[in-house]
Amino acid sequence: METPAGKGDSGIAGWLADRMPANGLMFVVAIVAIVLAAVLGTPAGVVVGVFLVAAAAIVPTSRRREKAQIAARALEKTSLGGLSPQNLAEAVGDPLVIFDRQGATVHANAAARKAFGDLPAGMSLLLKFRAPELQDLIQSVLTGQAGEKAVDYVERVPLERVYRVVGASVGEQTGLFLLTFRDQSEARRVDRMRADFIANASHELRTPLASISGFIETLRGPARNDAKARDQFLQIMQDQTARMARLIDDLLSLSRLEMKALPPAGRPVDLQAVVEAVLDALTPLARESGVEVKRDFGHERMQVAGDRDELFQVFENLLENACKYGQSGGRLIVSIRPSASVPGEAEVAVTDFGPGIPAEHIPRITERFYRVDVETSRSRKGTGLGLAIVKHILTRHHSRLSIRSEPGKGATFTAHLPTVRRRN
Amino acid sequence: MPQDHIVRAYDEELKYLSRRVAAMGGQAERLVDRAVTALVKSDMRLAAEVIKDDAVLDDAQRDIDEKAIVLIARRQPLADDLREIIGAIRISADLERVGDLGKNLAKRVAPVSEVRQPVSLFRGLQGLSELALTQLKDVLDIYATRAIGRIALTRDRDGEIDAMYTSLFRELLTYMMEDPRNISPCTHLLFCAKNIERIGDHATNIVETIHYMVTGEVMPPEREKTDTSHKVVAEVPARS
Ligand SMILES: Nc1ncnc2c1ncn2[C@@H]1O[C@H](COP(=O)(O)OP(=O)(O)OP(=O)(O)O)[C@@H](O)[C@H]1O
Ligand SMILES: [Mg+2]
Repeated sequence: METPAGKGDSGIAGWLADRMPANGLMFVVAIVAIVLAAVLGTPAGVVVGVFLVAAAAIVPTSRRREKAQIAARALEKTSLGGLSPQNLAEAVGDPLVIFDRQGATVHANAAARKAFGDLPAGMSLLLKFRAPELQDLIQSVLTGQAGEKAVDYVERVPLERVYRVVGASVGEQTGLFLLTFRDQSEARRVDRMRADFIANASHELRTPLASISGFIETLRGPARNDAKARDQFLQIMQDQTARMARLIDDLLSLSRLEMKALPPAGRPVDLQAVVEAVLDALTPLARESGVEVKRDFGHERMQVAGDRDELFQVFENLLENACKYGQSGGRLIVSIRPSASVPGEAEVAVTDFGPGIPAEHIPRITERFYRVDVETSRSRKGTGLGLAIVKHILTRHHSRLSIRSEPGKGATFTAHLPTVRRRN
Repeated sequence: MPQDHIVRAYDEELKYLSRRVAAMGGQAERLVDRAVTALVKSDMRLAAEVIKDDAVLDDAQRDIDEKAIVLIARRQPLADDLREIIGAIRISADLERVGDLGKNLAKRVAPVSEVRQPVSLFRGLQGLSELALTQLKDVLDIYATRAIGRIALTRDRDGEIDAMYTSLFRELLTYMMEDPRNISPCTHLLFCAKNIERIGDHATNIVETIHYMVTGEVMPPEREKTDTSHKVVAEVPARS
């Protein structure tokens, strides 16, 4: 990509190179421009971006920076009234990775670290972004073919995410390159949600519908004049419609969760406070089921990054299950403590003393609609989505669920959550 | 500085090898993902593509082997470098097997689609393959970052994969007992589940190789499990 301005006008270039602040400014502006172009995705943005990159390119960097670390240091030096490119990159909401000629990471912003895990300076991007289309993108950006390239990148596990990835070089002489990721999961998931919703809902609604239509038939036929039977049947029908309504609510809540992007870093959530709030809300259910709740909270208050309402849902589902299915045990224990094996992790465990779960079902009960005993679950007004929601929320919070149970003695559901250091 | 130049070229050759392994890993991940999708959606066209694409992994393995052998012969590497090269050979062999298993999954798409299968079965298969793919991804991420501290997590997941496989196995058996017409397609599904489980095993082999590459030592065997309970995601220390 040669531009008239860039054709080795050593006079101007030399003049500019003498003015490091100007160089830095240009560099910052170039990054902003590319990010803007990537984020906005408008032709105007791209034009402005390319123009500014070209402008930045007329400033040749005196040294060739071979090593990522050197480049990182150089990046640090460049400043705009205290605003370093790092600060700027951090402030960008989309994942953004700056890398050098060797394909080694120079800087990955907070959004990138959050989305893809640790990307330490010096690590080869080609080792981390292995998807064939990203390999091609990085290679072609590195070999400097044309200005800007974009591909769609789908990450399947642990959460499905779809990104529009744009790769570009930061000027021609900086030896630095940039990848930006725009999350498009939402748009893609809306389509899938529709299909999934229909498939799941139709499957699960068929049973209650069949039963209702059976009762209607009976009411119009054999039971036409039987007042007692009529009342009883109407009651069953009412229960069934209530069940369908609940099912639809749960399905919608799961679908909505799957659609939402990752939860914002937000304010730290105090685990004990959330659990207390859930226990408050569930007091009636606990009383009704005749279970006594014992709290086993350590001295240490622990906080996690995430969405309070979603975490509320997690503990609500676990405690509700413990009341419903562990009723016969008469008591539950809720504990919050730091993990003994993984530093920086908190464990919230809900233990009941009910019938427990047979080993062969444990790996499956977080699947949608999976119930150990369909009849018991139905009679407890279960839809089989609670644990699927729990698992999904925990995955979104980089957390895990573990289940252990000894049949006949009860079950323990434990959420393992990474904690954040408390700011004083 | 010719000496320096030689060192740099050697470095570059080593880096090429690890990049090639990572790229091959990416292709293996993609192949398995597509094979499972083809299976769940009964997509014969996708299955045919997957079967064809397996050749890419065979080529990659051959290339890595050749480059590694040339490196060993020419540079006579020692210690760390030698382990790095041996590691590349071993990992690419595992990845090539992963590709074969993916191809085998794709080959079963047609016979499995002959009879309509219960939805819950496919959810189970999907769950199993999600675990196996997450395992593969984590393992290859460890290869990229050399963060062997994360190995413990992959070990736990290994147990989950086994538990899930056992559960699916039982479910399939019940379908076969219910209706003899299910026997043929369910047998194929049984093999599919087995193949996916074995993909997890190869991921575990790779973890062991990485551990060896980084530390020079063989990974210590897993500590004995103290009870028989199953884990869904990770092990929790027993408490009373
Ligand atoms: N504490 C427990 N003890 C024994 N079995 C349990 C326990 N928790 C869950 N289960 C089993 O796991 C199944 C799935 O639970 P999940 O919470 O996903 O669904 P549900 O309770 O049936 O419905 P929902 O929570 O959507 O109203 C339950 O049907 C039940 O069989
Ligand atoms: Mg529930």
